[in-house]
Amino acid sequence: MNTILALVYLLIFPGFVFLFSFSLFTEYLDRKIYARIQRRVGPPFLQPFADLVKLAAKEDVVPENAEHFMFTTAPLVGLAAIFAAFLFLPIVASFGLHSFNGDLIVVLYLLTIPTLALFLGGWYSGNVFGQKGGMRVASLLFSYEIPFFLSLLTPALISGSWKMADIIDFEVAHPVVLIISLLGFVIALISLQGKLERLPFDIPEAETEIVAGPLVEYSGRRLALFRLARDAEMVVGAGLIAVVFLGGPMPLIEIEPIYLSWICGALFFLLKTLFVIFLLILMKSAVARIRTDQMISFAYKWLIPLTLVQIFIAIMVRFLGGI
Amino acid sequence: MSRVKLPIGPQHPALKEPENFTITLDGERVIDVDIRIGYTHRGIEKLMESRTYTQNLYLVERICGICSYAHVVNFTQNVEEVLGIQIPKRAEFIRTLFLELERLHSHFLWLGVAGHEIGFDTLFMYTWQDRELVQDLLEMISGNRVNYAMNTIGGVRRDVSEEHRKKVIEGMDYLEKRAVYYKEVAINEKTILARAENVGILKPKDALKYSAVGPTVRASGITVDIRRDDPYASYTEAPFDVITTDTCDVLGRVVVRILEIFESIKIIRYLMEHLIPGEIVVKVPRKIPEGESISHTEAPRGEDFHYLRSNGTEKPERYKVRTPTLANLPAVAEMLKGAYLADVPIVVAAIDPCMGCMDRVLLLKHGRDKPGEIIDGDRLRSYGIKWYAEQGWKT
Repeated sequence: MNTILALVYLLIFPGFVFLFSFSLFTEYLDRKIYARIQRRVGPPFLQPFADLVKLAAKEDVVPENAEHFMFTTAPLVGLAAIFAAFLFLPIVASFGLHSFNGDLIVVLYLLTIPTLALFLGGWYSGNVFGQKGGMRVASLLFSYEIPFFLSLLTPALISGSWKMADIIDFEVAHPVVLIISLLGFVIALISLQGKLERLPFDIPEAETEIVAGPLVEYSGRRLALFRLARDAEMVVGAGLIAVVFLGGPMPLIEIEPIYLSWICGALFFLLKTLFVIFLLILMKSAVARIRTDQMISFAYKWLIPLTLVQIFIAIMVRFLGGI
Repeated sequence: MSRVKLPIGPQHPALKEPENFTITLDGERVIDVDIRIGYTHRGIEKLMESRTYTQNLYLVERICGICSYAHVVNFTQNVEEVLGIQIPKRAEFIRTLFLELERLHSHFLWLGVAGHEIGFDTLFMYTWQDRELVQDLLEMISGNRVNYAMNTIGGVRRDVSEEHRKKVIEGMDYLEKRAVYYKEVAINEKTILARAENVGILKPKDALKYSAVGPTVRASGITVDIRRDDPYASYTEAPFDVITTDTCDVLGRVVVRILEIFESIKIIRYLMEHLIPGEIVVKVPRKIPEGESISHTEAPRGEDFHYLRSNGTEKPERYKVRTPTLANLPAVAEMLKGAYLADVPIVVAAIDPCMGCMDRVLLLKHGRDKPGEIIDGDRLRSYGIKWYAEQGWKT
């Protein structure tokens, strides 16, 4: 790719502008479908954008008790990590901006940073609710992060590569992988729900318990950034699952010129991502919030053992099944 | 993590009305609870002394936004007892109909609030939509959705027509179906069970010790129901069972309320089928003779207690209200001990608190730093009279 193409990739598609608008679109979908399930009308199409603009225009208060540097940097770091993670996802074809062996691990790492940013933001906000929420963010981190990592490991194990491009190519060559890793897909969905702090795992910001948790002191621009980061995290997380478990932009349809087949690939990717997001919304609307201790015991009693079963299956398939 | 004091309220999303629960936490565990009331005192009892009985009918109704009718029934029963009159049977039936419709909408509302407190907003939206039907029925008969202005001293102000009767019976069929659905959801949905089972335990002996009332005490296995223990209106006649559970937890309170919905539907069906024609109001004098009376009703939240002292004029001399939430609050402190922070909202909500109704004055004699003082009614009354006299106003 030449420089101009790389810049377009970074800034417009599938970089900043695209992720920005697609995140807001998924927020709209999230709110609208959730509302329709609850027999409400739901927000108009541009509502998430209007919310963002309105928040950005509001007064931005940094509390006196807050640690100024950490408090103001946290939302930026969180958002930046998410946007960086998105660039590595293979969106148009089986390669990202820069595909290399181990890019899956880099994306997983970058997806952890917003959680850390949220914890630090809450912890340094100097508010007891914020600190309580920050503590909850940190203490729940391992209960969803371990199953999330391990379940995403399955397709990588089967295909024998840490490179998302290789995983996709392998899945296209052997579609049976999709069925073998079905359990992993479900576990990844559940732990992504926890990662995004959505019901039933919205413990860190449980409105009726600790108001908004880590976000309680945030206002204006910084709150808008956190909310945008949350939406983008949903897109990137769902996109990652779509890539690793569902084959991302594949199957490739060969059309000349080449960019037409890229558009097809991007459409496939978007449809699969939206499918994952739709499952997340359904999960959210049918449950109540559980408690911290219940979530931890759920993760260690069910999610992680099941993930180990999935990994065992993957290893058996790889070395005995002979695909 | 060391002990933290977390203020829940006076402004907090879990509380719909301002009261303060200061919670001492050890990690996520509640060690101690300090309840402070007095944020929404409105002085209605005092206000009633300066209004006529007819005006007070509408003031009493505004004590509570949800169990408004239980209050106004208490007030009219008190005045009727002092007058020594018996209201027509049809009026009694209509009063009972409204009391039960009110219980229905209150229980549906509570179910939604409980769902919201544990983050189950879908349940909240569903129940509140069904509650609209009850409100529509109330509006159809009385013309109002919340404060029905239905009672008058000596009977009721509006009659139930044949068309109303049919619509109410139709509505009951629909609500029964919905209640069956909610029952299924409440006892089968895993996340609800996880949040409600063995949470906010109130043992029977504690329930009696703190004199809890209503569904709260019935969920601890104690059979107390004013409708059965001291029947008023048409409860001698209408068939119903007193619902109790012995789980003593939040789930028990959910189940009691859902099963009470079925009982209310049963009562309303009976009333609508046995409605007899006749007068709905008797004429009463404007001046109420000297006398004293108490009246208590089983409001949706529990026993609602009213006291009236009249002095032969057209205004009451003293009026006293004890709403169910005030009786249930001490039990909350007991339920919260040892709970998780996450359980605090649902445990508080499980008594169906209505803070505005029950609030008391708290005088801060020593400024902010030292604890306040709760003064009793007589001292408050004499303080009030003195204060008004100092202002040179007539009481």
